[in-house]
Amino acid sequence: MIKRLFMAERPGAELMLRGAHVIDPRTGLDEGHDVLIAGGRIAELGAPGSLPAPPGVETLDATGKHLFPGFVDPHVHLRTPGQEYKEDLDTGTAAAAAGGFCAVVAMPNTDPTVDSAAVLGSLIERAGREARIPVGFLASITRGLHGEELTEMADLRDAGAIGFTDDGKPVVSAGILRKALQYQRLCGGIIALHEEDPALSGAGVMHEGAVSARLGMAGIPSVSESTMVARDGALALYEDARVHFQHLSCEESVQALQDAKRAGARVSGEASPHHLTLTDEMVRTLDSRFKMNPPLRTETDRRALVQALASGIIECVATDHAPHAVHEKEVPFEQAPMGTTGLETAFAVLYTELVTSGELGLATLVERMTAGGALYGLEIPRIAVGRPADLCLIDLDARFKVGEDGYASRSRNSAFEGRSLQGRVLLTIAGGAVAHRRPIAASAEWRAETPAGYRGETE
Amino acid sequence: MNRTGGLRSRHLISIDDLDRGAIEQILDRAESFAEISGREIKKVPALRGRTVVNLFYEASTRTSSSFELAAKRLSADVVSVRSAGSSVDKGESLKDTVQTLSAYDPAAIVIRSPHAGAAQLVAGWTDAAVINAGDGKHEHPTQALLDVFTLRRRLGALDDVNIWIVGDVTHSRVARSNILAFTRMGARVTVCGPPTLIPRDIETLGCEATPTLDRIGEAEVVYVLRMQHERMHESFVPSLREYAARYQINSRRLAPGQLVMHPGPVNRGVELSAETIDSPQALIGDQVKAGVAVRMAVLYELLVGSPMLAAVA
Repeated sequence: MIKRLFMAERPGAELMLRGAHVIDPRTGLDEGHDVLIAGGRIAELGAPGSLPAPPGVETLDATGKHLFPGFVDPHVHLRTPGQEYKEDLDTGTAAAAAGGFCAVVAMPNTDPTVDSAAVLGSLIERAGREARIPVGFLASITRGLHGEELTEMADLRDAGAIGFTDDGKPVVSAGILRKALQYQRLCGGIIALHEEDPALSGAGVMHEGAVSARLGMAGIPSVSESTMVARDGALALYEDARVHFQHLSCEESVQALQDAKRAGARVSGEASPHHLTLTDEMVRTLDSRFKMNPPLRTETDRRALVQALASGIIECVATDHAPHAVHEKEVPFEQAPMGTTGLETAFAVLYTELVTSGELGLATLVERMTAGGALYGLEIPRIAVGRPADLCLIDLDARFKVGEDGYASRSRNSAFEGRSLQGRVLLTIAGGAVAHRRPIAASAEWRAETPAGYRGETE
Repeated sequence: MNRTGGLRSRHLISIDDLDRGAIEQILDRAESFAEISGREIKKVPALRGRTVVNLFYEASTRTSSSFELAAKRLSADVVSVRSAGSSVDKGESLKDTVQTLSAYDPAAIVIRSPHAGAAQLVAGWTDAAVINAGDGKHEHPTQALLDVFTLRRRLGALDDVNIWIVGDVTHSRVARSNILAFTRMGARVTVCGPPTLIPRDIETLGCEATPTLDRIGEAEVVYVLRMQHERMHESFVPSLREYAARYQINSRRLAPGQLVMHPGPVNRGVELSAETIDSPQALIGDQVKAGVAVRMAVLYELLVGSPMLAAVA
């Protein structure tokens, strides 16, 4: 079996969590528990107060807090190699841990592109030294993301790639994509697609609609995405290939995904916290933090995405964490690069905006935030005796303002900066090791600790 | 900052910064400055000792020269920076350029940029009052003000006046600012042009949209937009010949009494016929003339405010 997740070696966690409300939608757990973690594994589960604390093991009073399986993000940009001024494996995984993630999948649109086993190999070697949580890597479908020649997909799979994507760009040629789908029969690995028809999106910088009409900025119509979802759903069906649609943004794409599934295609989809909670109305501020690709769309689209996530047509949440340096975003909207950070805020954003408002159930949210690795064949984190400790402890009542303590990410281009959110991640254990922890006010045993690499307000 | 309370903002970024009262206040002020422009010595000391920076990242003749004249007629010191030949050419960012120029403590920065939102960004980086002289395809508020000024002089008021804006609305900041300003002053606005050059959902700005000139007879004012040649290469229209055949405003299409406006520069024989440009129905020369007085009024209202005018003028 080829190893597909990589992190720096860290000591296994030894912790007793007392009285946390454990929710694991896959095992059906939904009540208070003591959880003993020993050697980085879940050693015992018991009723609150029932487990004896082994001598020397730190005990935390987690009463009133929620314990979930660790989240898995199938779509992040860690900017390594080549753009470490935006993010690197250390800061990116610190940001992920701060958001309750116990695994992330990194995109290959780096500099150089992850399009050869050599580049992937050096990246994996670096992850083995720097990553605070397990990281999986996608390789590109085409060399240099040029959309012309396939990468050595079989070699890349053997070197550890969990799948393939040209994310950031669509595979414009149906012929090239078809060959990749055929080649998947040899090498396996999901093919993930950023769907956009450049002939329709053109020089667009935001959603095409009333807001772009007002602002005079070139629009990216919804059909730029949905027509490609429809095309590639048909190709996936024809080749019986496994295809995943990345960061879906509009109602028409949800419809196209549903149609492809009904027709029998092996396809799946993801949606990002910003598309699930924000609309193009935010762009009226002309603030470049709201510039991303695909763009924020309308309230109708947002609702369609939430419904699709609730019903499972869209299987998982993906942040599309896209860090950019301050100077890159501090320019007029049309000139700014696309993307928002997302790892540190994903759960709180979705909990605050969708769960407390009643649009989405808490257990469903937890399920969708932990499902992202399964589609790449990664093990889904579970809270069960004997399983590796991949979990996060969250105070659902804790409110905070995004950015008030700085960010763990090297970049601060959060579309949610300044928002008041509810649901703070107190502790993340990833790959069996403590990757993030904050002080718990109620417990004297909890030592305040700032994660190394945590950055302040200035950059 | 304003002692009469008409202007809601210390900057002029968008027509949305102005309610009808504020627009009227600026236009009233412009009337008195227009009178100054008729004098032999066209200068008042209102901004003596203060500095106005004109920062132009895009080619401009009318707007830059009229802002420069406006500031000079108010006795301000004027610094004009164009992207060509400046540090901008050497790759300096907008933020650094603005912060550098702000170190000279200007009272106002007038900015023209090819990018929407540039003026708003600049306002966040400087203590100076910022005036948007055109940002991308977003807005050109002083153009709209001088157009309203020109029409008000001719018609008295714009209430219920039927105004058609004809041409390439998609790529026109003038169209956007004018739709907002005309409707704010009570006019009814219809935009008309090739469907490839009318933005989807433009009606949400409070106007009607139609693809043909069939009902042009309803218009009391026909505001013609510049048709840029490069749009033809981008296939927004099949040819300028067909565009002119369908959308040119000429004596055949105009009824007596209909007024014609154009923000300039005009493509003679494309969006407007030569005889229409030169006809008494065309207000194009009045628009240019109004530019200086209206921009004086904008500078004055932002930097001085009302009560001193009597003493100055």
